Amino acid sequence: MDWIQILSALFLGAMLVFLFPRMKHAVKESPKGSAQDWMGVIVPLLLVVGFVLLLMSMV
Amino acid sequence: MNERNIPYTGAQAGAPALNKVLKNTYLLLSMTLLFSGAMAYAGLVMGIGHGAGLISSIAGIVMLWFVLPRTAESAAGIPVIFAITGLLGLGLAPVVGHYLAADPTIVMTALGGTGAIFLGLSAYAVVSRRDFSFMGGFLFVGLFVVIGAAVLNIFLQMPVLFLVINAAIVLIMSGLILWETSRIIHGGETNYIMATAGLFLSLLNMFQALLHLLGAANE
Repeated sequence: MDWIQILSALFLGAMLVFLFPRMKHAVKESPKGSAQDWMGVIVPLLLVVGFVLLLMSMV
Repeated sequence: MNERNIPYTGAQAGAPALNKVLKNTYLLLSMTLLFSGAMAYAGLVMGIGHGAGLISSIAGIVMLWFVLPRTAESAAGIPVIFAITGLLGLGLAPVVGHYLAADPTIVMTALGGTGAIFLGLSAYAVVSRRDFSFMGGFLFVGLFVVIGAAVLNIFLQMPVLFLVINAAIVLIMSGLILWETSRIIHGGETNYIMATAGLFLSLLNMFQALLHLLGAANE
């Protein structure tokens, strides 16, 4: 394992430490979404998945 | 009607001010993207290696965590956001250089794909004016899990896990684009410098993840 991998792991570990309180806050404070709300997200995300698969088949 | 899905009528209180935040965010975002692209090009010309790229990215993220929140409410926030996006652009140069050497089509397709996804999702959030604040917890937990998996994969070096992580990053960044745009529209984010930083990071991460996915597909 070289120093770049060690530094990357340390950096990502620091990101986890930094992100943890924000994640806790977001989970606590976010309003609950209805089934209709989630459908409004799932449809565009499925379009993104389809688009990425199309790009992957093109290269 | 769901009270968080109110169609835009142009009569809501504060609508012109919110539109101003959105307009300023997109203006600053386009300028920082151009600057970041120029810095990535400079990094390619200079031939900076992966180590220098990583240090540049870390410097950019450290500034994002500790300097930007202290300066975003003043004029000093503008040079700071340019410094951050410049460092992150420079940090991207070795990865872009790697894929340019393999097949330049990968880089162009990832760039076009990132632009198309961003434009499509932004247009959807702006036109529908849906409130995506309910996604906040889900997106941050997803991001936390993905970063944890990325740390694990530094030691495991599993190609399949690498692809799964990058596919998850594309989805999470797509969700974050919807969430951040919705926050601007609904007044959750009133500082265009912070909004620019959030959208810029989503675009940068999506571009990098698409590069890895397209690179794997190309192989």
